Amino acid sequence: MITTIFDRKGHERVGGLFPPADTPHATAELIPPDLKRKVAPRIPNVPEPEVVRHYMHLSKLNYGIDDGIYPLGSCTMKYNPKLNEDLARLPRFAVAHPLADTSHVQGSLQLLYEMERILAHIAGLAAATLQPAAGAHGELTGMFLIRRYFEDRGDSNRKYILLPDSAHGTNPASATIAGFTVREIKSGPDGMVDLAALDSVLDDTVAGIMLTVPNTLGIFEERILEITDHVHRAGGLCYFDGANLNAYIGRARPGDMGADVFHFNLHKTLSTPHGGGGPGSGPVAVAEALVPFLPVPRVVHRDGSYQFDWDYPRSIGSMHSFYGNFGVALKAYAYLLQLGDAGMRAVSENAVLNANYLQTLLKRVYPLPYDRLCKHEFVLSGKGVGNGVTTLDIAKRLLDYGFHPPTIYFPLIVHEALMIEPTETEGKETLDQFAAAMEQIAREAKENPELLHNAPVNIPVRRLDQTRAVRQPILAYPFTD
Amino acid sequence: MAYPTDYRYTEQHEWIHVEGDQIKLGITDYAQQQLGDIVFAELPAVGTKVNRGETVATVESVKSVSDVYAPVSGEITTVNTALEAAPETINADPHGEGWIVMIKPDDPKEIDSLLDAAAYEKLIAAE
Repeated sequence: MITTIFDRKGHERVGGLFPPADTPHATAELIPPDLKRKVAPRIPNVPEPEVVRHYMHLSKLNYGIDDGIYPLGSCTMKYNPKLNEDLARLPRFAVAHPLADTSHVQGSLQLLYEMERILAHIAGLAAATLQPAAGAHGELTGMFLIRRYFEDRGDSNRKYILLPDSAHGTNPASATIAGFTVREIKSGPDGMVDLAALDSVLDDTVAGIMLTVPNTLGIFEERILEITDHVHRAGGLCYFDGANLNAYIGRARPGDMGADVFHFNLHKTLSTPHGGGGPGSGPVAVAEALVPFLPVPRVVHRDGSYQFDWDYPRSIGSMHSFYGNFGVALKAYAYLLQLGDAGMRAVSENAVLNANYLQTLLKRVYPLPYDRLCKHEFVLSGKGVGNGVTTLDIAKRLLDYGFHPPTIYFPLIVHEALMIEPTETEGKETLDQFAAAMEQIAREAKENPELLHNAPVNIPVRRLDQTRAVRQPILAYPFTD
Repeated sequence: MAYPTDYRYTEQHEWIHVEGDQIKLGITDYAQQQLGDIVFAELPAVGTKVNRGETVATVESVKSVSDVYAPVSGEITTVNTALEAAPETINADPHGEGWIVMIKPDDPKEIDSLLDAAAYEKLIAAE
């Protein structure tokens, strides 16, 4: 059990002495009596060394990409270069105020301006916005752009967004929140979009399609040009989810494949920290026809200086206060300048090589339902491992071997899915160690399945009751006294 | 668990049972096994019109979120509100107390196109 700061001894001691207030306590009388709290807050009162030990202890219980491989499929958990962090901490960036006069922050504006152009270049599209705060926010921005495009044309009939059944769960959510109705298209036996199934639903009620390329099975849509062509002929637009850009960055461009809207995940493909390590960023690039609708303000270069321009009357409005998560864009910008075009090609080459190497090792011991060359990730099945062992058991047992497990139970079209994405920043030795652990677990499943059913045993917490956590959530800290 | 022979089934793993001029709709035992422990059921409002193939309800498990599709077009006449407090009933008794909604079909002939128990069992054996 973890000792939290609330349980630490020393509640009676204080860690700092405050001078007496030199202003009257006027606020106490201003608060209506019924809003005043009856019980003092339980703020831990421990000396500074105990605070430091508390956080140091928690940090040792953590596992992140700086500890080891993090093969979470579809998340692209690549190493986050520390140079990015150094640059983001430069005071001239770090202390710039979002309301500063633009003449005082020309460097920051130039960075935003250039970053948009680099992203549009990578996407093969006309322009980009850095406003969206993360991937799903980028999707929502893209859906708003598509809706506004049809409104602007006076085409009010298009209410459907098409989605393959392998789509990320955020896709239908984004389309629905933007006011569309979602229609699912079944994948063919090869795991790709079935053109006949697509054609059967394409008509003048379809606003567009949302595709992830390569798809969530890690398979490139070989008929991508036909898919986007058919959608365009029906008058619809093509949205590409950039979750899997790591598979082809620097080698192919969504715009050339027929994408009209494309979102990046800077926290996946472009190496900025993911999840607890910092906010995300989900810039959106668009084709020429959608440029007038991009969020405002836009950064423009005019009369020799960089400025914010709000004068885009057909814009969808603002998607984020100020200009998105600036620090994240800065780190991704640093990463891109370090790599250049050749570096980006090496990223996708090694991401695909690593995934195929690991797939080749692991398909000897686990079923691979869609068995073909993959791109940056692949999906195994834990079904048929035997002795009642489930994918959840396999994932939990990996924790005992010191590895972060892959994504599990997604995509939904593979039973007992294990979705593995090693990324380009792992070496062969690490991939071999991970594969050896997976092979050992497959042996244990046959010889001693209880080991798996009881896993994990070597980490700070045992298997959590996920069901009870959702059905009867404990939302406040359970003080024992 | 046996699949009742007086029920009809869909390829998306719903079952229906004709009761008078209405049908009762739920998800199959196979579906609840695939989903795992169900923790939430989002139910439609009574009186909602649904088209065949559209989402009528959503069930959420610890693993995933799945839509429940209307096997026929019609109007929602009753919803199983007991699921709001006890969604786990779908796991415990998928073909009985775990029913989700009742629909009055616009065209009862649509029911004829659904699978019978034998065809459904063949379908899940192949999955």
